[in-house]
Parts: sequence; structure tokens; C-alpha cells
Amino acid sequence: MPNMSLKKNPMPSQEPGVRNKNFKEVALGYTAETAVDEAQRCLHCKNKPCIGGCPVKIHIPDFIAKVAAGEFEEAYQIIQQTSSLPAVCGRVCPQETQCESKCVRGIKGEPVAIGRLERFVADWHNAHSCDLPLKAEANGHKVAVVGSGPAGLTCAGDLAKRGYDVTVFEALHLAGGVLVYGIPEFRLPKSIVEKEIDNLKALGVKVETNMVIGRVLSVDELMDEYGFESVFIGSGAGLPRFMNIPGENLKSVYSANEFLTRVNLMKAYKEDSRTPVLHAKKVAVVGGGNVAMDAARCAKRLGAEEVYIVYRRGEHELPARAEEVEHAKEEGIIFKFLTNPTEILEGEGGMVRGMTCVEMELGEPDASGRRRPVEKPDSAFTIECDCVIMAIGTSPNPLIKNTTHGLETQKWGGIITDEHGLTSREGVYAGGDAVTGAATVILAMGAGKTAAEAIDEYIRGKQN
Amino acid sequence: MYKIIEKRELNPTVTLMVVDAPLVAKKAEPGQFIILRVDEEGERIPLTVADFDRERGTVTIIFQIVGGTTERLNHLNEGEYIHDFVGPLGEPSHVDGLKKVAVIGGGVGCAIAYPVAKKLHQQGAEVHSVVGFRNKDLVILEKEFSAVSDVLKMMTDDGSYGEKGLVTDALKALIEAGNAYDEVIAIGPVVMMKFVSLLTKQYGIKTVVSMNPIMIDGTGMCGCCRLTVAGKTKFACVDGPDFDGHEVDYDEILKRASTYKEFEKREREAACNLFKKADGLQN
Repeated sequence: MPNMSLKKNPMPSQEPGVRNKNFKEVALGYTAETAVDEAQRCLHCKNKPCIGGCPVKIHIPDFIAKVAAGEFEEAYQIIQQTSSLPAVCGRVCPQETQCESKCVRGIKGEPVAIGRLERFVADWHNAHSCDLPLKAEANGHKVAVVGSGPAGLTCAGDLAKRGYDVTVFEALHLAGGVLVYGIPEFRLPKSIVEKEIDNLKALGVKVETNMVIGRVLSVDELMDEYGFESVFIGSGAGLPRFMNIPGENLKSVYSANEFLTRVNLMKAYKEDSRTPVLHAKKVAVVGGGNVAMDAARCAKRLGAEEVYIVYRRGEHELPARAEEVEHAKEEGIIFKFLTNPTEILEGEGGMVRGMTCVEMELGEPDASGRRRPVEKPDSAFTIECDCVIMAIGTSPNPLIKNTTHGLETQKWGGIITDEHGLTSREGVYAGGDAVTGAATVILAMGAGKTAAEAIDEYIRGKQN
Repeated sequence: MYKIIEKRELNPTVTLMVVDAPLVAKKAEPGQFIILRVDEEGERIPLTVADFDRERGTVTIIFQIVGGTTERLNHLNEGEYIHDFVGPLGEPSHVDGLKKVAVIGGGVGCAIAYPVAKKLHQQGAEVHSVVGFRNKDLVILEKEFSAVSDVLKMMTDDGSYGEKGLVTDALKALIEAGNAYDEVIAIGPVVMMKFVSLLTKQYGIKTVVSMNPIMIDGTGMCGCCRLTVAGKTKFACVDGPDFDGHEVDYDEILKRASTYKEFEKREREAACNLFKKADGLQN
């Protein structure tokens, strides 16, 4: 008999007033009992629309049936067939627009908490299972993956499961891409990411850190000299944008990438960290995406008394996930909507003392269909702050484009591919933010998966 | 992990290390830099490639002990390992086609100026080197510079070695003596590069400077190393580190460089105390 409760089992989490002072994970995860109970809400409907909403097509009702039966390791094995990073996805996917948006239970009441169940299963496996995964039989073909973010790791995992000899090249000293330098510890503990990467290594994936492809080695060298038959480029969109307003190069102005890299990758939030970060008292974060929310919540945890999100459109237009906005508000982040900075003001010793902004109103929809913000005349005012974080987006790093012969890109730097991820170069595939510009973790994973299939087909095709 | 093959003290605060890093050595060019982390908890710091040996697969770095990380780095010995060593990063110096060049090095900046002077010499250019130090004890790379320079001017602030005066004094004298340089390449403290650029601007001589702002990743993903050149924001790690000396906003760079001064002071003290304690235990 299914559990007919209209509501999801709630996710236990740290109290807002407690968690905004530490970097421990906010959401605490289901217990075995709540997981089994929640799993019993799944109706196992015939057409399984939830699967259609998942970019990596996890067999959702099948794994949920195993959870309902208390067979958690079996549930993990089912997820693992199609997803390489379930502990990550269960945490950071926007399930409300993906799998859960298609759930039949969501028509009347709340959908089944697929993401929370996926997270529970992956955490359970990582805590309890000592079994090494079965390595696929080697097929003798070598593939290189450039970048160890969600796209690259997914592509690498899928290819390793098909028997390929896969090497992932990462520019930084730690693998994970945005999962380690971007998304903060309190949303995605770094030990979880490390464990997922260890799982991939156990499948046979090799990870080479400190390898800046385009400088140390080029894509052409990987193919011509090192014998990689195919290369997947998942180098992301890490180049920060600035607004080009006066005062942007003052001392306490950060790009969100710099601020988050210091805090997350270099662990500058720890007392004894050797990497410094400014602990400002009043912080203005410019932007309205998930990155802006992450930066604001980190600044609060570093001890800021006031943290503002400054966004030029209105609350409805915020690109961040609703849940992240909700969490930010609970933690005391102040939202300044329809506000656009025009100048950052210099204080003592080259630090920031404030930011001049103008009020905006929404005009006609622009080419992207969003209403264009227009400046209100004579509306300038100053926000007092001692630190500004620019979180207005990123674009693809030009390093690979500039050093790979014949690789076609869009004007704004995105690599041009067909629907299978094939670039203008034979054997070279690309996916994730390097192709689309800054998007989401799960879209990058979907692109990594699609490219892995195409690479497999391409290499098999060559043999015939 | 990257093995330290050789370690040599060049003066009381400047150390040379030859590091086993074949892939970096294979591609490195003068003007480029590496990023290293001393150990697993370490911060990432940029250091310029002072020399390289493609056959041996080694890269030479020269660093001044100025803070916690360089203090820790200096405590590693031959046979020990540097945890991370990434590179080569940045754009190589453009020296092709130059026939007569003045290379100006200040202090530990000479470690960066030397490979540039060497490359110029190898391609047959006439190289006039002007190197400056605070005093005699701090002089480094004199022999190396002398081997690749047609003219070498050694300057010390207090006159304890070579001529007394600043590098700009010597450069001015060389220019006034009728030397027509295709380019002046200046590498050293920001203030020195600023005054060299002010001087050469008067004579209309193209001047290239090598910038050393704060960096983290060194691959263009954070903008920490940004500076203003000809009114535009540039990232030193990918657009540089070399820039047109007449276009750089030096005052902004000086300000940005002091962002973590307090933290750095504490870090250095912490590192020194740590080593004092360790030494105490050994004795």
C-alpha cells in the first residue's frame, strides 16, 4: 500500500541562525526510516514521466522500489548504471524543473522527493559499501577528457564503464571543477565530491591534476603524440565578467570566482588557512544567479553583519533556484531588487567604502524574452559597503580555443558542436559550459553523457 | 609531487631551486611563470621561470623569502618535494626581431630579467643589462648576466658594489651616450618599473614591464591579478605578465598588492615560529 501523504517527508536541516555562522552542510539528509517512508509515495506509474525529466535518465521508479524494500545498495547499483555523481546530483540538481516536475504525485500535492532519495542512497553507499566497483573489460582504446568538472567526470565515468582507458586532465590541484571551487561546503561537502571522484578512479579513470591543456599540452599533442583517439573538452566557462564601471579594480572588489575559489578550494574560511580572504562587515553581491547566492551566503558565514544581493531585475526574474533564494533569505541576506550599480567608491587605503546604484524598472521584453531593465532618471543612491563581489556571469576561457587548430567557436567563445557534442574537429567532442556558456551542473552532466555515447560510436565506427 | 634537484642560496634572502618538472620544462619560454603549492595545506603562489633545461626536464625558480609560503618553500631541501607545480603559464616575452635592447633588473626581478637577456643574446641581439640591488650582499646572477650582456651596469643604492645609484641613473646615462634601443625591458619592484617607464617615455623608447600582481589560479578564471592597461582591465596571468610600460596604471597595482598585508605578516610570523620550534626540538 503506497504512502498517500500529499507532502514530501521534510528534509531536516540546521537552523538558519546557527548555520549562517558555520560552513557545515545545511541540509542533513534523510534517515533510513524517512527514506523508506518517502520511497513508498512512488506509485510506479506505467509511463514513468520522471525519467524523461532527468538529463542522465536514471531508472527512477526502479531505484525507488529498492529503497522502499530497504535494499539500499541495490538501489545504488541501479542509479550507478546511468549516473556517475549521484551524491552530487541529489544535492545540487534543480529537481523542481527536472525529474520532480514530471512526477505524477506532483499533480495533486508534492512530487516524490527523488533528489533527496538519490542523495540518501548515494550517501548510504559511500558510508557502508566497501565493494570495489566491477571494472569493465578493457577495450584498448584511449580517450582524453579536458576538465574534471561535472561534464568531464560524467563523460569519463561513462566511457570507463564501456571499457575505455580514460585520462582526465585538470588545470587546478584538485579535481571537481565548480564542484570544488564554486559550490560551497555548506551546500556540497568537499568530502562528498572527493568520494565520488574516488569511485570513478576505482572504475579505472585516471586523473592528472596541474595540467593546463593549452599550455602544458595541446589538444593536438594529446591526439598526435600521446595516442588519445578522441578528446572530450569540458573546460567550462570560468572567465569572470566585470561591469566596467569606475572603481571595479579597488582592493576589496572580488569576482565571485575569486571569492569562492579562495573560500572553497583554498579553504580560506578556516582559521588556520594559508590563503587569505577579506572578512568584510558589509558586503554587496552584484547578480541574481546561484553563484551570487553562494557568494552572499559565504560572506555572511565569514562574519559580515550585512550582506546585500544587488539585482537589476525583480524577484520573479531571479535566475537562482527558488530553494537557494529561500535559504539566503532565512539566513538574513538582504535583497535589493531593480537596482544597478554605476560606480564603486574608494575609501581609505584603496578599499571600498560604498557603491552608487540607480533604481531600475522593467520595460519591454528583449530578445531573450525577459523584460529589459531601464534606468529610472534621478534615482541614484549609495549602498554603504566595504566589499563588492561581482557575480554577473562568466564566459568560456579562450585558452583551448586559441591553441587548438581548426576548433570553431561562437563569437562569445562557446565551442560549436552538433547535437552529439562533436566539434569542427574529427574525434574532438565538447560539452557543458564550454559549449553553452554558464549553465547548470546537471546540463553539463547530460552533455558529458551524450558525448560519451558519441565517442563510443565514433571509435567503434573507426574499427570497421 | 615535484622533486627538488638542486638548491642554492644566492644571497641571505634569495634562493634558487632546480625542480624536476619535465612537461613544464618542455614548453617553458622566457617571461612565463609557474604556480606552486608547497604542501597540501599551502596557498598557490606564482614564481617566474628563471631558467629551464629541456633535456634534463628541469625548471629553475628563484625566490625571495618574503612571507609564510616562501619561508616554508625555503625549508625544503634537495631531494624533497614541492606538492604542486603548474605551468608554464602566461604569454612568453616577445623578443623576436629585436636588435638592440636594454634589459633592466631590480633585486629578485633579475631572476626574471635574466632568461629574457639570455634569449636576446642567443638570437644575436646587442644586450645592455642594468641590474640594481640595495647593497653588495644582495647581488645575484652577476656572472650569468655578464655572460649574456654586451654591456653590464651593476648598481647599488649605497654604492657598496658597482656604481652608486638607481638603475634609472645608469639607463639615462646609456641613452644620453647615444645608445638607440629598439626596446627597454624592465623587471623588478613596481616602483622601479614605474620610474623606468617615466624615463623612457621622455625619449620615446618602447618599454615592456613584467607585472607581478596577486594570483590564485593563474589560468584566467578569477581576475584577482587584474590591472588597468591603457584604460582597459587585463588579467596579468593570461594577457601578460608583460605589458607596455607606458600604458600601465602603477598606482592601482601598488594599492592592490597591499590587500592582504596584515594577513601576510601574521602568516610569516606563524611560519617562522613553527620552524623555530622545530629547530628547538632538534637541538
